[in-house]
Amino acid sequence: MRCRYLLAFALTVTAPAAMAQEIVGDAIPRSLTGQPGDAVRGRAIVANRSVGLCLLCHSGPIAEERFQGDLAPSLAGAGTRWSAGQLRLRIVDGSRLNADTIMPPYYRTAGLQRVARNFDGKTILTAAQVEDVVAYLVTLKD
Amino acid sequence: MTGLRFGIVLAAVFGASLALAQGGSDKRRSGYRDMGAALQQMQDDDTANPGMLFVQQGAKLWEQRVGTADKSCADCHAAANVSMKGVAARYPAIPSGADKPIDLEGRINLCRVDNQKAPPLPPESQDMLALLAFVSRQSRGLPIAPPDDPRLAAYREQGAEIYARRQGQLNLSCAICHDDNAGKKLAGVTIPQAHPTGYPIYRLEWQGPGSLRRRLRNCLVGIRAEPYPAGAPEYVALELYLMDRAKGMILESPGVRP
Repeated sequence: MRCRYLLAFALTVTAPAAMAQEIVGDAIPRSLTGQPGDAVRGRAIVANRSVGLCLLCHSGPIAEERFQGDLAPSLAGAGTRWSAGQLRLRIVDGSRLNADTIMPPYYRTAGLQRVARNFDGKTILTAAQVEDVVAYLVTLKD
Repeated sequence: MTGLRFGIVLAAVFGASLALAQGGSDKRRSGYRDMGAALQQMQDDDTANPGMLFVQQGAKLWEQRVGTADKSCADCHAAANVSMKGVAARYPAIPSGADKPIDLEGRINLCRVDNQKAPPLPPESQDMLALLAFVSRQSRGLPIAPPDDPRLAAYREQGAEIYARRQGQLNLSCAICHDDNAGKKLAGVTIPQAHPTGYPIYRLEWQGPGSLRRRLRNCLVGIRAEPYPAGAPEYVALELYLMDRAKGMILESPGVRP
């Protein structure tokens, strides 16, 4: 069992960026890395406007970032509204749930047009960064 | 007393609906209206508007003889306040003898190469921005009036298609921000409707002047899309679409923007 888990992990880290994740209902129940993320790192990613980009569109309980967006719902209470798996799918590729979503696909490279050369073939966040953000968002219980 | 109060309420309701009716037919707003009062004053006051420095520089270039033809703009076009009036409100357009649209930058360089026998000015160069600012200033206060040329329709459609197309790593289109979410805050800043009412603009974020092309390139970089190469027809197509979308709005050039 433990061996299988390690194998899955090895596959995940050696596979090309943004390999297919198993979607169950409206969630990706399993961690993309096989490891839990780190909420402190996740908070820093969310707050960073050139890494997570989250606060460009969302507001959130990050008081030191004064300039936040209102194109999307507040991140406050995200951990009450959604499970870790639901948050994971929404970050990985929200278009799986709503084709018209304006939320960028943070862990998908397929089907994008005219991606800038320096970002081509890269996901917005790495698998480990997605997990960190998920770990942070589930702590936001309002 | 009750009657009086009722009357006041009635008047307020009528007044509000009248105001709504007046503003209601045209929901378009220039980015000027989304700026703070200090920036609006900076644009309105020619002695405070940094864009006017470029207008003045452009006025000098207008008189300067260049190229092997040793001609200035003024040698052919005389007084710009007459000959250039309305030009910036009209372009992009298809110049006579050509079959493809060019924008005002393209038009200035066409004149340089064909008539002045001078090398074209590099895009976004100080001289190009100065001439753009000077020529555009001659249309300040005029409504945007794209030419009624049926050959432009296909290019405009191409521009509209690009405007609506999702692009880049962030998978966003122009329309998502500037149509669907205009007026909302992106990182605390109001998203404008993207009407090209003030170009070339002096943008505080740039600490300098820039053309509409620069702005388009900026947005593409922002959504992590590959900017179209300099001189690509996609820019002219987008400009054509945007000018048509802003038809009738008043040109403010040289505009100031945050």
